[in-house]
Amino acid sequence: MKWSQNKGNTVAILINETTRIIVQGFTGKIGTFHAQDMINYGSNVVGGITPGKGGQQHLGLPVFNTVKEAVQQVGAEASIIFVPPAFAADSIMEAADAGIKYCVAITDGIPTQDMMTVKNFLRRFPEKERMILTGPNCAGTISPGRAMLGIMPGHIYMQGRVGIVGRSGTLGYEAADQMKALGIGISTSVGIGGDPINGSSHRDILKIFEEDSETRIVLMIGEIGGPQEVEAGIFAKENMGKPLIAYIAGLTAPEGRRMGHAGAIISSAGESAAEKVAILRDLGVTICPTPAAMGTTVAEVLRRLA
Amino acid sequence: MDIHEYQAKEILAEYGVKIAEGGLAYSPEEAVQRAREIGGNIWVVKAQIHSGARGKAGGIKICRSHDEVKAAAEELLGKKLITHQTGPAGKVCSRVYVEAGTDIAKELYLCFLLDRSHERIVMVGSAQGGMEIEKLAETNPEAIKKIYIEPAVGLQDFQARKMAFALGLETAQLNQAVKTIKGCYRALRDLDANMLEINPLVTTSTGELIALDAKMGFDDNALFRRHKIAELRDKTQVDPREVAAAEHGLSYIGLDGDIGCMINGAGLAMATMDMIQLAGGEPANFLDVGGGASAERTEKAFRLVLADKGVKAMLVNIFAGINRCDWIAEGVVHAVKNIDMKIPLIVRLSGTNVKEGRRIIAESGLPIIMAETLAEAAEKAVQARNEMVAKQGEHSGNSN
Repeated sequence: MKWSQNKGNTVAILINETTRIIVQGFTGKIGTFHAQDMINYGSNVVGGITPGKGGQQHLGLPVFNTVKEAVQQVGAEASIIFVPPAFAADSIMEAADAGIKYCVAITDGIPTQDMMTVKNFLRRFPEKERMILTGPNCAGTISPGRAMLGIMPGHIYMQGRVGIVGRSGTLGYEAADQMKALGIGISTSVGIGGDPINGSSHRDILKIFEEDSETRIVLMIGEIGGPQEVEAGIFAKENMGKPLIAYIAGLTAPEGRRMGHAGAIISSAGESAAEKVAILRDLGVTICPTPAAMGTTVAEVLRRLA
Repeated sequence: MDIHEYQAKEILAEYGVKIAEGGLAYSPEEAVQRAREIGGNIWVVKAQIHSGARGKAGGIKICRSHDEVKAAAEELLGKKLITHQTGPAGKVCSRVYVEAGTDIAKELYLCFLLDRSHERIVMVGSAQGGMEIEKLAETNPEAIKKIYIEPAVGLQDFQARKMAFALGLETAQLNQAVKTIKGCYRALRDLDANMLEINPLVTTSTGELIALDAKMGFDDNALFRRHKIAELRDKTQVDPREVAAAEHGLSYIGLDGDIGCMINGAGLAMATMDMIQLAGGEPANFLDVGGGASAERTEKAFRLVLADKGVKAMLVNIFAGINRCDWIAEGVVHAVKNIDMKIPLIVRLSGTNVKEGRRIIAESGLPIIMAETLAEAAEKAVQARNEMVAKQGEHSGNSN
């Protein structure tokens, strides 16, 4: 989606330099650290939420008791969540209810049933009014040179025309770093998180990239477990004009074991890395043969396009 | 988190699911005592390990006398059972469940689990129970019935009836079937389980419906609000290194290779392990040190990796975001000095404050092999591992 109210500025998907951002869990240690980091990067942070601390100032910005107040008083459009796992689902639903358009949930460790409730809650909004959620358990979203709504090291991302969507934070950094070393920039990088139920799937983000005039090709960084990489591959074959490149982590992962991410557990056929790679290749997706070749594979596809 | 069969059965009984009379025993004498309490003249002694397919591994014994019960318990207690789910390492049985023999008329299958595509709980059933559902799904997918449960309203009676009919149950069994099926779903929802499997669910010659086996898995992320479930954890069923890691907030999984790994982020960890394999090596473990990797945490992670005596080389791969390379470097230097490492160490740092991090390692004077890229790190780790193996081979050759 693109926000038409940001006319006159360069348009990136989901966020740009004018997007009015609030931080949920603003006054906590983690919220404070990353809010400052986002401000330093140039993101337009306009305040934060900490129930009970409304009316105070933090980092020179207003603190609100509710998301609704932030929407009404400072025009909040996007939010980022640093609320502890037990309360994070509630914060996401509060953001959706208040009319926030895009929400990134950083929190790791939200119970699966809470996420089922969140998804159910979001589905009740008509599609046009429905808040886009990415995460939880992700590094956030960055449109290099414009805005960062996340916890990533902003300096490793160069501005450019490759879209990245991935489950893992640090593996996404690895990809951005490899690309920067080759002089390749990124339009937007979206972390969808490592949990079994997440706000947006690979496919949801591919849909947005396909419509984004600044993105020429997309790199999808997936991993073992779950159906989302294959669903994204099917979507790409049927609906995408832009080339899709993929890397799937977890060749060495044993079956039935949770590899760090709650979602990274192979539980049924077609969920191992080797199976996903074979299916994606059949669907016409360009596969990065190794995680060290994400940058060079992207470069190769860009060369073919030129 | 997984629990034992007897624990799952105790939970299900509270939710109105009928189970056979049984009791837990830690010794052969206790097993006989349980058989006496249960009465009758046929008992089943079942090894309690966190794995399915126990029958094939010899973990389930049908006994027709107290002597047979004693002999079965003697054989099973302390025994390592190897199933396709435990892997070659197997799992040691330290408790047995003694259960009254059931007069089985029919074996059925019932399971509840999270369907990630639909983002809801799916109930799966089949009139052909007893065998592995994965095999049935391959050979006869029509024999499997799936019903999706709307999370906001929960499992409805009509859905339970639909499943009961799909299981081939008779009208006289309908009420008990609905009670059983709904009880299972309530247990799953109330307790934040993400998997509940009854295989087999049986009908008896008198028409009763009994859960003959029960398996439950719980959402680790929800254990903070399920204290009673968390208390059911049996640490003997989990790799002790994983238990130690969890106590330090680290995520560790032991594997079969000999290149130890310490990496930040689950995805980067999996990718690095892939890279090691592509370079011709095998990772000894998965270890995610996570975000704020302090010097203390880094040392704990080192000790954990090196506790595996089969490790021939260790690779540290950190892409610092929230972390800073200089902090990590200080932690690594500190750990190496404290631990007295006997194997080669390869370190790759990238991201925030990388120059400073590399300088700290270079100036430490320690024999640490530095790498700049992921590919270089994996190649150097495999090379160092191979040299280590060759050196050890030479050494043992000389001493003979």
